[in-house]
Amino acid sequence: MFGIERNSSRYPLGINPAVLLAAVFLIAYPLFASDFFTFQIGAYSLILGTIALSLTMLAGYGGMVSLAQMTVAGFAAYLMAILGTNSVGVMGLGWPWWLTVVIAILGAALLSTFIGAIAARTEGIYTIMITLAIAVAFFYFVRQNYQIFNGFTGFAGIKPPTLFGLYWRDPTPFYYLALAIAAFFFLAVRYGARSTFGLGLQAVRDNPRRVRALGINVFLHRIVAYFYAGIIAGTAGVLLVWFNGRVSPGIVGVDMVIDILVIAVVGGMRAPIGPFLGAIAFVLLENFAIDLIDRERFNTVIGLAFLLVVLFSPDGLLGLWRRIESKIRLPRASARLGVRANRGDWHPAGSSERM
Amino acid sequence: MLKCAGKTLLAAAVLAVASPAVAQDTIKMGGLATLEGAFAAPGQDGIRGIRMALEEFNHTAGGKKIELITGSSDASPASAIRATRKLVEQDGVQIMIGPLSGSEGLAVKDYAKTKPNVTFINGTSAAQDTTLRKPAPNFFRFSTEGAQWMAGLGEYAYKVKKYRKVAVLAEDYSFPYTQVFGFLEPFCRLGGKASVNARFWVPIGNKDYSSVIAALPDDVDAIYVALGGADAINFLSQYQQAGGELPLIGGSITVDQTVLGSKGKIRKTVIGTPSAGPISDTWDDPRWKAFVAQYKKMFAGKGGFPSPSLFAHGYYINTKAALLALNQVKGDLSDGGKKLRAALSSLKFESPTGMVSLDPRRNAIADMFLTEVVEGPDGNLVNKTIGVTKQVSQTFGVKYEEFLKYGPVSRTNPPCK
Repeated sequence: MFGIERNSSRYPLGINPAVLLAAVFLIAYPLFASDFFTFQIGAYSLILGTIALSLTMLAGYGGMVSLAQMTVAGFAAYLMAILGTNSVGVMGLGWPWWLTVVIAILGAALLSTFIGAIAARTEGIYTIMITLAIAVAFFYFVRQNYQIFNGFTGFAGIKPPTLFGLYWRDPTPFYYLALAIAAFFFLAVRYGARSTFGLGLQAVRDNPRRVRALGINVFLHRIVAYFYAGIIAGTAGVLLVWFNGRVSPGIVGVDMVIDILVIAVVGGMRAPIGPFLGAIAFVLLENFAIDLIDRERFNTVIGLAFLLVVLFSPDGLLGLWRRIESKIRLPRASARLGVRANRGDWHPAGSSERM
Repeated sequence: MLKCAGKTLLAAAVLAVASPAVAQDTIKMGGLATLEGAFAAPGQDGIRGIRMALEEFNHTAGGKKIELITGSSDASPASAIRATRKLVEQDGVQIMIGPLSGSEGLAVKDYAKTKPNVTFINGTSAAQDTTLRKPAPNFFRFSTEGAQWMAGLGEYAYKVKKYRKVAVLAEDYSFPYTQVFGFLEPFCRLGGKASVNARFWVPIGNKDYSSVIAALPDDVDAIYVALGGADAINFLSQYQQAGGELPLIGGSITVDQTVLGSKGKIRKTVIGTPSAGPISDTWDDPRWKAFVAQYKKMFAGKGGFPSPSLFAHGYYINTKAALLALNQVKGDLSDGGKKLRAALSSLKFESPTGMVSLDPRRNAIADMFLTEVVEGPDGNLVNKTIGVTKQVSQTFGVKYEEFLKYGPVSRTNPPCK
């Protein structure tokens, strides 16, 4: 699905003006947006987008659709509450925030590695089933375990630190924090796709047997991919618990697990920008669908909107955008599409198994 | 049903345009209920309660038109916060009514502390610590809470029913903890026993109660059951099927209309079950009868229950309090609602279930009903009113500092050995 990024030397300084525009917009966003739009729309989209990015990375580059990415993020969120401070009076070991953050992210990455170790020997639908099973098991476990995870109630009162004179849950600082982390992982995934490891992973995706024949350890490659995805999802999980100020089993429930899949699919799995587009669409609909229609039917609107996107653009919003773009700038774009067809749409044996 | 709301709003808008002197201004009110997920049916009844109050006041209070903006959660605290934040920060509501469920209320109270200029009034969330410990100065609860709802039941079970030892079966979260506390505290003070080992906590949505039924001890006089909605129906029908013989004692939403009106085979098990709560279906009082008649007039055949549930009642009372206070301050919220909150704090009014006023932590003091399930004249199961406990406070008349020593509600409080 992903190929090597096309060279962009056509643009001055090698930067696409659209990218520059997007960057300026994202940085200036809190200056003109209200607190609500900065925090609940902006920052929340970036967090969900980052979690979905970890799925896009696994699915897009590695051909492994893992439904347990929300579980990994949720585990990091739980570790923040258990190791740090909370207001519930269960656990809350009171570790300093920086240590809690590091351990929470590493813990999430380890859980992801563990999930990978179980799932990496499977392919296609079986990976989906195993990771879904793990996600559901984790949900029921945290809901019924009271000694460590405080059951149905979960934890509340988890706060980010006050640093450099800023309280990091205030809308604007929190937005920039989420933006910085999202941008970092976005670039890391883009860059990583061109690294030796990224190329190896894509080779594993396209033809694991051939890669194995070359002497590369397919299993290990996949597990390492799960580890990286765990770092991404875990970091987003830390942001999520700061965003909500609380964590309870609902956050790792099947609904949320499916939401992440919806975000990734609707956004488009062809490029790392896809999950962020999907997250923005998702968060906007989640917040404003209720204003569009009969208050008791707004979930139908959300469902229909996503159905339409997937129906008319199988590769998500990203594909929709590319199609519009190609209509507007026909000559150049069609030439580019031609290049892509030559490069990326070659399906080796076994590729039908991947998503 | 909502089209109808649209029409009335439209009509009100037309009226406002036709006579500009009536309303120059509008006040935005947010209504938050669980319109999705497991509690969707109670959530819709909550919104019905808000609409009944607005209708009663002709959508006007303090000379200003009230614009209702609805929000929805799925009973999880995080979704309640997101919906509240949208209503407050995006839609700009100055008065919030909601939420519905216990843990949501705890979360919204914490959020309220960050928005001192917005007035938050509860829906039906009934966890104890929403107002008892670390209350928010701008969060009001005119609908009372789960322990208050149990007023009189512990004494009734011990003195009249002569139960000495009970087992407990309840869902595993803050609201049932509060209810179990409210029942056991007086029951055990009188000398009743409820061993911690004979308390069974099940997750919300549990479907198979066979293992719980098998584990119920034989040497108890009754089982106290605090389950809601589908959970209650599942347990009651499975218990009847299993040939369970022990008498039951019900929580406030265990044997209410949403359960009694169901098709499950529960008749034999539930008849004669005592319970307690903020409402009683058959209370013979003109105020309650007028309320039921109004509910039926507005919602019969449009999705409403045969009789208003405690959710419609709770949201109605809280909305009515907001409107009464708005009338008192003549709709003036220019001071960030300071005057409104002062008016709310000292508000005292007649509700369909008697006089309501607030304690210093802004939790309601109100009358509670002791009921028992009987077969009505038309064969339907209804809750017959046995007694009314007048003016129950959150601390049951105990001094606040003394009451705190009872400790927060939990699976093991009170220990009752």
